[in-house]
Amino acid sequence: LFQYCLSGHPTLPCNVLKFKSTTIMLDCGLDMTSTLNFLPLPLVQSPRLSKLPGWVLKDGSTFLDKELKECSGHVFVDSVPEFCLPETELLDLSTVDVILISNYHCMMALPYITEYTGFTGTVYATEPTVQIGRLLMEELVNSIERVPKAQSASMWKNKEVQRLLPAPLKDAVEVSMWRKCYTMPEVNAALSKIQLVGYSQKIELFGAVQVTPLSSGYALGSSNWIIQSHYEKVSYVSGSSLLTTHPQPMDQASLKNSDVLILTGLTQIPTANPDGMVGEFCSNLAMTVRNGGNVLVPCYPSGVIYDLLECLYQYIDSAGLSNVPFYFISPVANSSLEFSQIFAEWLCHNKQTKVYLPEPPFPHAELIQTNKLKHYPSIHGDFSNDFKQPCVVFTGHPSLRFGDVVHFMELWGKSSLNTVIFTEPDFSYLDALAPYQPLAMKCVYCPIDTRLNFIQVSKLLKEVQPLHVVCPEQYTQPPPTQSHRTDLMVDCQPPAMSYRRAEVLTLPYKRRYEKIEITPDLADSLVPLEIKPGISLATVSAVLHTKDNKHVLQLPPKPPQPPASKKRKRVSDDVPECKALKPLLSGSIPVDQFVQTLEKHGFSDVKVEDTAKGHIVLLQEAETLIQLEEDSTHIICDNDEPLRVKLRDLVLKFLQKF
Amino acid sequence: MTRECAVLLPGVCAALADPRQPGLDDTCLEKLLDWFRSLTWFDPSVELVQDNPCLTELISSVLALPEPSPSILSFTLQLAGILAASENRFQHLQQEKLLGRLFGRDGPRGHAVWEDASVRSGWVKGVHSMVHHQPALHFLCSGGGMDVIFALQGDPSLFVSSAASQLLVHVLTFSVDSETSKALSTKDCEWPACAQMIKKHVEDSLQSGSASHVEQSLRLLTSLFGSCYAAWTEVLWSDIAKQIECFLMEETVQAQHMLANLLLNVARSPVFCDAEGSFWALVTSALEHLTPVQACPLAVGLLKLCKCPQDVRIQALTVLLQPMDCILRAASQPLEYAGLLDESVSDPVTVESLLSSKTSCAGLLCQTLAHLEKLLSLKHLRVDLPYMSLLRSLMTILQFCNGLLSPASPLGSTISRNLINCFRVQKSALDVLAALSEKKGCDTLVGSLFDILLAYLESPNTSPTVLKKAFQATSKWLVCLQELSCSNSQCQQTEKILEDVFVVLQKRLCSPCWEVRDSSLEFLTAMIKCLRDQDGFRQCLLSSEVPRLTENLLEDPESYVRASAVTAVGHLAFVTYFAPESPVAGNQYNKENTLAKLQEILSTDSEGFPRRAVISIFTKWLREGCAGQLEDTEQFVSRVIQTVEHDLDWEVRLGGLELAEVFCSQTICQLGLSECPYAPASSAVPACTAQNQLLRVFCRAKLFGFLFRSLCDCDKPVGQRACDILIGLRGNFYPMSTLENPREIEDSPAGRGIAWLQRTLRQGSLAQNFPADGGDGVDFQDPESMMVALGAIDLLELHDELNKSSDHVEESPQSLLQDILATMGTIEENEVDCY
Repeated sequence: LFQYCLSGHPTLPCNVLKFKSTTIMLDCGLDMTSTLNFLPLPLVQSPRLSKLPGWVLKDGSTFLDKELKECSGHVFVDSVPEFCLPETELLDLSTVDVILISNYHCMMALPYITEYTGFTGTVYATEPTVQIGRLLMEELVNSIERVPKAQSASMWKNKEVQRLLPAPLKDAVEVSMWRKCYTMPEVNAALSKIQLVGYSQKIELFGAVQVTPLSSGYALGSSNWIIQSHYEKVSYVSGSSLLTTHPQPMDQASLKNSDVLILTGLTQIPTANPDGMVGEFCSNLAMTVRNGGNVLVPCYPSGVIYDLLECLYQYIDSAGLSNVPFYFISPVANSSLEFSQIFAEWLCHNKQTKVYLPEPPFPHAELIQTNKLKHYPSIHGDFSNDFKQPCVVFTGHPSLRFGDVVHFMELWGKSSLNTVIFTEPDFSYLDALAPYQPLAMKCVYCPIDTRLNFIQVSKLLKEVQPLHVVCPEQYTQPPPTQSHRTDLMVDCQPPAMSYRRAEVLTLPYKRRYEKIEITPDLADSLVPLEIKPGISLATVSAVLHTKDNKHVLQLPPKPPQPPASKKRKRVSDDVPECKALKPLLSGSIPVDQFVQTLEKHGFSDVKVEDTAKGHIVLLQEAETLIQLEEDSTHIICDNDEPLRVKLRDLVLKFLQKF
Repeated sequence: MTRECAVLLPGVCAALADPRQPGLDDTCLEKLLDWFRSLTWFDPSVELVQDNPCLTELISSVLALPEPSPSILSFTLQLAGILAASENRFQHLQQEKLLGRLFGRDGPRGHAVWEDASVRSGWVKGVHSMVHHQPALHFLCSGGGMDVIFALQGDPSLFVSSAASQLLVHVLTFSVDSETSKALSTKDCEWPACAQMIKKHVEDSLQSGSASHVEQSLRLLTSLFGSCYAAWTEVLWSDIAKQIECFLMEETVQAQHMLANLLLNVARSPVFCDAEGSFWALVTSALEHLTPVQACPLAVGLLKLCKCPQDVRIQALTVLLQPMDCILRAASQPLEYAGLLDESVSDPVTVESLLSSKTSCAGLLCQTLAHLEKLLSLKHLRVDLPYMSLLRSLMTILQFCNGLLSPASPLGSTISRNLINCFRVQKSALDVLAALSEKKGCDTLVGSLFDILLAYLESPNTSPTVLKKAFQATSKWLVCLQELSCSNSQCQQTEKILEDVFVVLQKRLCSPCWEVRDSSLEFLTAMIKCLRDQDGFRQCLLSSEVPRLTENLLEDPESYVRASAVTAVGHLAFVTYFAPESPVAGNQYNKENTLAKLQEILSTDSEGFPRRAVISIFTKWLREGCAGQLEDTEQFVSRVIQTVEHDLDWEVRLGGLELAEVFCSQTICQLGLSECPYAPASSAVPACTAQNQLLRVFCRAKLFGFLFRSLCDCDKPVGQRACDILIGLRGNFYPMSTLENPREIEDSPAGRGIAWLQRTLRQGSLAQNFPADGGDGVDFQDPESMMVALGAIDLLELHDELNKSSDHVEESPQSLLQDILATMGTIEENEVDCY
């Protein structure tokens, strides 16, 4: 059981599991924090960004000034943003049989894997995961392709050059692995390899293992996976939540009795309680709007935004914000809002029951109906006609490097009345804001991460009791900035095994059994012999037939009857003769009774000696020894074959044969 | 006993003794017993039983029943006990041979009915009532009663065992007090027989080695020393002190948990006022040997005592502060702070291990903090608490709780792990922090204290209940801060803190959680109350968004929040509209709009809380003389009382009366009439002119209609208040003497109206349709009619009538007896129905 760790990001995992004869990739998250090193892509020509000075080395050399720009003391790459891919060198990714996706955030690297590595396998994911994952990818591609960039910077990636750069570029890792965004055809090709699955559906992989997705409670269609054979069970827990938000609750019971539990995707902000953060979000939003300012919420087009809209739905009337317009701007805004309403079976119980009333499960439908929430594909077109201030805008991308959010940052950044509220926990808000400095706009950080925190993990582990836990190394020590918070780490017995990027782990579990089936006719031919009450044995002579990782014992082929007409066999026809099998023996020989039997058969001078392992029966006259040991009996007599046979038969009388 | 009751009693007794009757409910029987208690309390004579033979008949017939119901038997036992409390009646019952069959060997003790706890409880209570004279005591001791009581101490029913223990205390006290005249010594033979028996029983039990027996005796002793302060208790103590000491030192019998209370009661007893060293040595030893959780209540009790030796008091304080000391030491580098205590009384390892355990850490700290809060609230604490170190320790706890402190020791890390996000400890610590604000000597820590408080106020992780406590502590410490900020640097610090507080308050006022909005408004009100005279505070407040946000909350969907917003806006007005010179241009807040908004809430809000808040704010404005700045006071009052007159909430109507009362007294003072009728009249305005003027003002304000109608209010407090106000008003128009002799009403149209009013008022709250504007010719706005009405209506009689409790008729014994008969009587009817 091996695990290849291709990603170092604990919430954007990419692991490959070699289990029995299968190679299973668990998630393929794309680390987008690399984009923070790039300049934003403005939708409208930005004089500020275009006038940024080129970066000059200390010695005055200017060869990088086209690639790197300086803004408020930070240096950024002026190029199309690039992403840090999972490791591709650690193992041949074309050998991956299947990819299991746990949620739509953890599939963003899929096109890089399926389209560039010779991957020929299947991808398994739930329907909402695929649909929303497609929306996220579409938005990503769209945001980047909308702003074509003539140049692509590569000089700075040269190791010699990189050393000369200021932090954080100097310390950026794996820059050679950074890649430009994929294209829509690649997305489509990648998604076409996905096979849809439902919760608790059992999927056989080559007969060797069975994989099952379970609800993880984190997002629409998000799953944990069980990977099991007849005698082994590996659970893969990724991005799970025990909070009551919109998705179906987490299925914990099915994780019980795992031999290994791989734990990833815990909350990125363990000290922030999501409820408190939602309160903080609402308070800051209301305060800004009441003071006549605008609120910008950089977010993904799906996920927490549904919950935020639901909170606002309840809050805006009480806070006197009914007249403030809410705008949701994304190329996939409309699809996201509509998709959320149709995945009823993937929703929490409360929302499911609404469907039968029938009512839309999410209240954002009502916000749209009453014109309180308006959605647009982009800032161009209708939006510019309808736009009224003060207002609240939800738009992507949370990295603030591309998407419509760049425009609003440029537009509103200069006024201290406005506020940008960060709710997505994936990016450091200070880094995200760096290319916009100096900034007058207020910034509020309310990361809402509903994934498991360490207290919940510890309860979960107590509940499901896996034999071994494997997790990213970040979870086995307190966060670097709060080294005294020993409560913020995975605490379990035996201690969790940790992994880091580009590491291969031998999972602490040895396979010991394999299941083999016996065909009915073979079973019929067996003659069990009861050797102890309740335990019977039978000898089996059969042919082991292995296909698709299933093992079957079949009747051995009957030796062909030699054709009567032919007297001579041809050598090539020679079938190995099945010799008459000697029976197997079992049982033990009671020495006293054996001696009596010997005496009855005329051996008069029998002497018994005890040895460490058993007994030696000495027939002095015949100069013969019989060694009786626990697992063997030897008759030692010199060249007296009839005597040996006679003695053997006497010994056999005491043993069972089958 | 009244004649009516005497007539009803035989029927009741017969019914009670009738086994076919269903059991009466216990409250009825209790009320009946209460009545007998009150009858016999001051009357030891035998007449009660002689004149009412039905009582003894009841007892004998219940005793004659083959299977009496437990509740009736219990009642009978208690009744007999109450009757036998006087020697005369005891003898009478003895002659009837009843007592032996109730409390003696022939009593219910051996029977199946004794299994019922209510019977045993009745027996104990009966004996308790009876033993108030020597014959009863002898009867008890000679009839084997003492052994029964000893056994009942261990009764499975807690009520019975506790009553038995109380009974033993009573018997012991009574026996010693009534049978000995000289001082007792430790020699048993000098003690009266019964007392000797109890004393021996207690001593034997203490030495028995049986936990339950030891516990029973300790409970008895605790109760004895808590209630009896006779000199002989000291003798008793000297006999058992050794044994108590053994319990402290040895753990063979688990009795430690009982000792704190016992020692505390002994320490409180005046008999031990001048106790020698040995008692206090025992107390000190208890402080050392009991676990921190057990010793804590003892320590707190000792600290409250006046006569505790100073060294013991210091020991007690040390025990109490030990967990706080441990926190301080665990959080800081060695030698950084001296800790709270120079040395500890008991082994600090015990406290450390309790604090290291997840289960006991929060409990121990909460207990300590609760005790500290109580101690801090005491006016005269006889020992100096180290306020500065205590504050530092509290700050440490609060930092542990929100994970902001990185501890220097392994113990600190464990405690920090145990306390992170522990709301219970946060709340208790903030309570103590608030209480500590009134103590001097913590100036140097104020800056860092506010850092912590602001962290709590700002953090989204702070729970609403913790936030409320944090607000309370902050407002208290802000007052301290203002007192401190004399020097320039401190002034700047104060200003910075206030700015930060208003920024966070602004955010909290917008919280989606209504509890948070509510406590934020309460905090604002509390701050304005204490700090409204401080320029710095006013400037900070007015330059923030808080006033505008507060006014927005007048329309909050949650009624509690609206109510708090009304109160806050009402107080804000003192800073914005009513301040002599507002530091910021006052025009930005529109007085008229605010007043109109509050009046709208008063007349239209669907919930009572906001309306109550408005009326009390209006009263406050009027009382502080600010209402006149809004509009003519007379019109203001008139409008308000007309609005509240028909309010469905009686507290709002009562609030209206309060406003009317303030208005009356202010008008009276303004017109130069003294509010007090006995004070010499001011000579500025002739008295009768002033009276006329006064009457006219009140009539114009439609005050009389409101007051007279309120007399018939269906809610009694409203009527009572209106009556009080009218009686007060009348004093300004008529000499006090006329109160008792109301004037005759003349036969005139006005007189007829007043006569109608008089009749209507007599009906009280039953008066239907009190006309809105003076029915049958009563013109409430006519000064002359009102003058007549004040003189003619017997307000004192009305006052008495209103002050009678509404169930005064139903409470009478006669009504009780009738009720019992009625309940019992229904049986026969039902029986007939069955056929």
